[in-house]
Amino acid sequence: MTKEWTPRIVAFFCNWCTYTAADLAGVSRMKYAANTRTIRLMCSGRVDPQFILEAFARGADGVLIGGCHPNDCHYGEGNYKMLRRFALLQRMLQDLGIGEERLRLEWISAAEGEKVKSVINDMVKKITALGPLDLPGKCADWDRELTELAPAVEPAPVESEVTHA
Amino acid sequence: MDKVNGNHDVRIGFYVCQCGHNIAAMVDCAELAKYVGQLPNVVLSRDYKYMCSDPGQELIQKDIKEFGLNRIVVASCSPLLHEHTFRSAVEAGGLNPFFFHMVNIREHVSWVHTDRAEATAKARALARAAIRRVAHHRALEVKKVPVHPDVLVVGGGIAGIHAALTLAKAGKKVYLVEREPSIGGHMAKFDKTFPTLDCAACILTPKMSEVGSHPNITLWSHSEVVKMDGYVGNYTVKIKRKPRYINEDLCTGCQECISHCVYKEPKFHDDFNEGLGKRKPVYIPFPQATPQVVLIDPEVCLNFKRGVLTDKCKKPCVEACGDRKAIDFKQKEELKEIKVGTIIVATGFQTFDVGRMPQYGYGRYPNVYTALEVERLVNASGPTAGDVILRDGCHPKSIGIIHCVGSRDKNTNRWCSRVCCMYSMKLAHLLKEHTEAEIYNFYIDIRAPGKGYEEFYDKLLEEGVHFIRGRVGEVTDWAFIPEEEGKLVIRVEDTLAGVVRRIPVDMVVLATGLEPQADAQDVRRLFNMSCGSEGFFLERHPKLAPVNTFTDGVYLAGCCQSPKDIPDSVAQAGAAAAEAMVLIDKGHIEQEPNTAFVVEAECSGCKSCIPLCPYTAITLNEGSKKAVINEALCKGCGTCVAACPSGSIVQNLFDDEEVFSEIQGVLAYD
Amino acid sequence: MPKPKVAFYWCASCGGCEETVVDLAEDILGVVEKVDIVLWPVAMDFKYKDVGAMADQSIFATLLNGAIRSTEQEAMAHLLRRKSRYLIAYGSCACTGGIPGLANQFPREQILKFNYEDAPSVVNEAKTRPQLVFEEDGRRPHLPELHHVVRSLDQVVAVDYYIPGCPPTPKLTLAAVAALLDGRLPPKGSVLAPDIALCEECPRRDSKPTDLSFTEFKRPHQKLLDPDQCFLTQGVVCMGPATRQGCEAQCIAGNMPCTGCFGGTDRVKDQGAKLLSSLCSNLGPKEEAGINQVLAGIPDPVGTFYRYGLARSLLRRKVDL
Repeated sequence: MTKEWTPRIVAFFCNWCTYTAADLAGVSRMKYAANTRTIRLMCSGRVDPQFILEAFARGADGVLIGGCHPNDCHYGEGNYKMLRRFALLQRMLQDLGIGEERLRLEWISAAEGEKVKSVINDMVKKITALGPLDLPGKCADWDRELTELAPAVEPAPVESEVTHA
Repeated sequence: MDKVNGNHDVRIGFYVCQCGHNIAAMVDCAELAKYVGQLPNVVLSRDYKYMCSDPGQELIQKDIKEFGLNRIVVASCSPLLHEHTFRSAVEAGGLNPFFFHMVNIREHVSWVHTDRAEATAKARALARAAIRRVAHHRALEVKKVPVHPDVLVVGGGIAGIHAALTLAKAGKKVYLVEREPSIGGHMAKFDKTFPTLDCAACILTPKMSEVGSHPNITLWSHSEVVKMDGYVGNYTVKIKRKPRYINEDLCTGCQECISHCVYKEPKFHDDFNEGLGKRKPVYIPFPQATPQVVLIDPEVCLNFKRGVLTDKCKKPCVEACGDRKAIDFKQKEELKEIKVGTIIVATGFQTFDVGRMPQYGYGRYPNVYTALEVERLVNASGPTAGDVILRDGCHPKSIGIIHCVGSRDKNTNRWCSRVCCMYSMKLAHLLKEHTEAEIYNFYIDIRAPGKGYEEFYDKLLEEGVHFIRGRVGEVTDWAFIPEEEGKLVIRVEDTLAGVVRRIPVDMVVLATGLEPQADAQDVRRLFNMSCGSEGFFLERHPKLAPVNTFTDGVYLAGCCQSPKDIPDSVAQAGAAAAEAMVLIDKGHIEQEPNTAFVVEAECSGCKSCIPLCPYTAITLNEGSKKAVINEALCKGCGTCVAACPSGSIVQNLFDDEEVFSEIQGVLAYD
Repeated sequence: MPKPKVAFYWCASCGGCEETVVDLAEDILGVVEKVDIVLWPVAMDFKYKDVGAMADQSIFATLLNGAIRSTEQEAMAHLLRRKSRYLIAYGSCACTGGIPGLANQFPREQILKFNYEDAPSVVNEAKTRPQLVFEEDGRRPHLPELHHVVRSLDQVVAVDYYIPGCPPTPKLTLAAVAALLDGRLPPKGSVLAPDIALCEECPRRDSKPTDLSFTEFKRPHQKLLDPDQCFLTQGVVCMGPATRQGCEAQCIAGNMPCTGCFGGTDRVKDQGAKLLSSLCSNLGPKEEAGINQVLAGIPDPVGTFYRYGLARSLLRRKVDL
């Protein structure tokens, strides 16, 4: 049974601020869209641009990065490093056809549970309007021009997936 | 350190916690367990009511042994809450605790979503990611970092004093730094304390003098912390000692200098008395000040001009001091540097600025007072020796006390300041005692939750204090009827009587709320802490860790964390001292082993990583010309790992393989 | 004993890789002595059916250079895979798509239109385009069709080894061929160049300070380049820290920064993203305006960071084409 498409957003949250804020949103029983998949890192400075590209390449429709406000990074300035990478990465992604709404960087402090909710809801709304990115699907389309499918460059995951109606 | 990861034959045990109703209501736990049970490397998959309980933890330990499990994944609440619990359980089961990974399906799923199918799908994706990730985990050992035994207490109010004394009595060396010239904080200004009506000075001053004389406490008043460097257990703190122009060691507190000052009468704004009294340029903040040392205000002393020494005054003070030679006009600011292992922040509160509520007339009408001003008025050692005499010289026959000024109000501060009902009733009692006036308390609710508090309220009712339930709209001097002429009219909706009333009084007292200090943001950055949305310092967990912060080794006590009364401030101070002692007595702190290391064989010596570390943990090895990370300094932020252009730095617990597998896991299938 | 058979083939390439073989100079005689070259279009004539007639796996090693960009190249890649025991991606184009890979930023139609109609030097009023099939006098020659997407060799067939470089150096080539002939081979799928970044063998490494912070970027033509100082220290983007070594830093010796032709190390999934991360992390300014001002010195991040590797990067291509 095909379900209506809804965005899948990979969220990289820093442990000290944004992840804690998301916990606070939970403790406060705030309700928001179920489209994000959170990956916990110690600092937004750990977010390697490769992670962002990998997320898009694997099918994410959007990537959200949450870090501490400038001046508040638990480790001093990790969030500034993220900001600088983000500035160029976002421009480069636009050059590669991925609109700036799909990659978002937000400063969310540990007390801002409300902001977690509003940012996620807002991002889901915007990406729903943009439609799916579906890079794996696009790659499959591009590769249809080949006479035989290229061999998988990485071993395919050996999962026997159970279908869910 | 070698990067070899032998993850052949991964055997994962997966557990879904129903958390009673908390998770099970929104996530289909049985289905989740069944789904995960079919994923590669998963040997067993269970769902259980309460995984964090003893039987839950024992279940994990039993399964490890019985099924030869070498990885454990638990899908339950936030790792910030129970990661440590489960890691300990895994370790007790004979497996390295870092072969454990946790999935947050409560705070991040069941509590925040409303569609069961969507919530379960999200839980499946997160669980799948964890199963893939945990296969890459390696055995790790916790890092042990030694803790310096000395403690810094910042703030010398009742909380700071109590924390410092507790630690000093336990044999620890304490530095107590206080910004004002004397310790005592706000409590030193109070007259009596509720509900017992103890004299504040009587219960405070013995503790203050104990601080002043305790051999284990170094008291630096008139001083501020300017920089904190280092990490838990090893903080280097710079403290600025502001000049008093008095040599503290030589001054005996005789105050001869004050009596001989060229100013025969006190002329200058007296902060301690809330501006109701005056002082001379050389002064002691209050009679029981600790240290018992005077100080000179360079802004008003004749020997200075705008703070710069001119040497123009005859200096009778120096003559009066005589052989003691305690006065030193050339004294300069001094920078001290200390090493401590733990820090307790007890910087207190400031009162709400009533200028933000102009409708209550403070500043416009001379007989509108703040609560702190009234504390000084009724105080026997205050500017009027306890005589409640108004600014216009009269004694009030009727007094209105307005509760919740700057509290419980979305226009100013949303929170309840917790102490104002009680102190408003206390002031009502004291004012009645001093003036026999008619007293009206205007309240929204009477909050009297503490021990003996409700009984105190009863007593007030018996004393004939009038309680009117209604939030005061305004205080005005515009009289409607002759009886209101010359009085301050309080306009309020009496919600129990159902009418809007005008109550003319001679004196209005505003029960101002408690707020974070004006420089709270600067202070918290100094100590690498967070603030909550209201601006008070943020505790690690509101229930389970109210005195800890997210920075290990830094603790909170008192009103800087949230408004509270004296019993609770003292209790928190004791708690903070106990937490500090945990670290000090253990002698070391165990740190999450999420440090990074450079794989020497792979490093090209490009030096891109070296400037990135805020802890200067990365240096260039002169011999090999390659980067090397000092494990003791590394705090595990991972910035260098992300920036290394050839992928030659690895972070334990968060290495590329682990994160990539999580990304692939959350996106694998719909 | 018959000499092992060796084949060279070129796809979407410039001919530079063939040059390297020629640049083996006198060493080529050593090679020719030990092997039997059965296919080398640049130097010898051949017909497709000759290759087709060879037995499967009868070619010991094929060094295939150039990206796969057309149906003919795809077909030959499959053919040579069948006929070769070892298929080696030779040069950046075969390894990671190379400079032709940058065409992945444009739709095929735009490329054809520019080349056959809009280019300044083109005179083609009739807007004639090459046809897939052309019939005349009973003859029907075919032309291969251009793919929409440029691919590296391993995105089309299974590849045994990679020799990177634009072009690979003669030294690297000789070493690889020697290893092949001697049977001293690393695990399949390996890149036959050291797995460590260029800085380690760069003569200018010591001139780079340990606290370098970028306040501006200049492209090589925008300043007079100091022949002794590390390019990054001079504010010029150098891909060296993110690029495998093995080339003996020849571009640096020619006073030009590394542009990344050897590709990233094994630990890295996306070479361009890694250099972006490293450069940006070390920027001076902390606020958006200052950051963007410095980054304005990198006007074409795709061309800068993915000059040779776009086809094999994580995104592969401009995604909305």
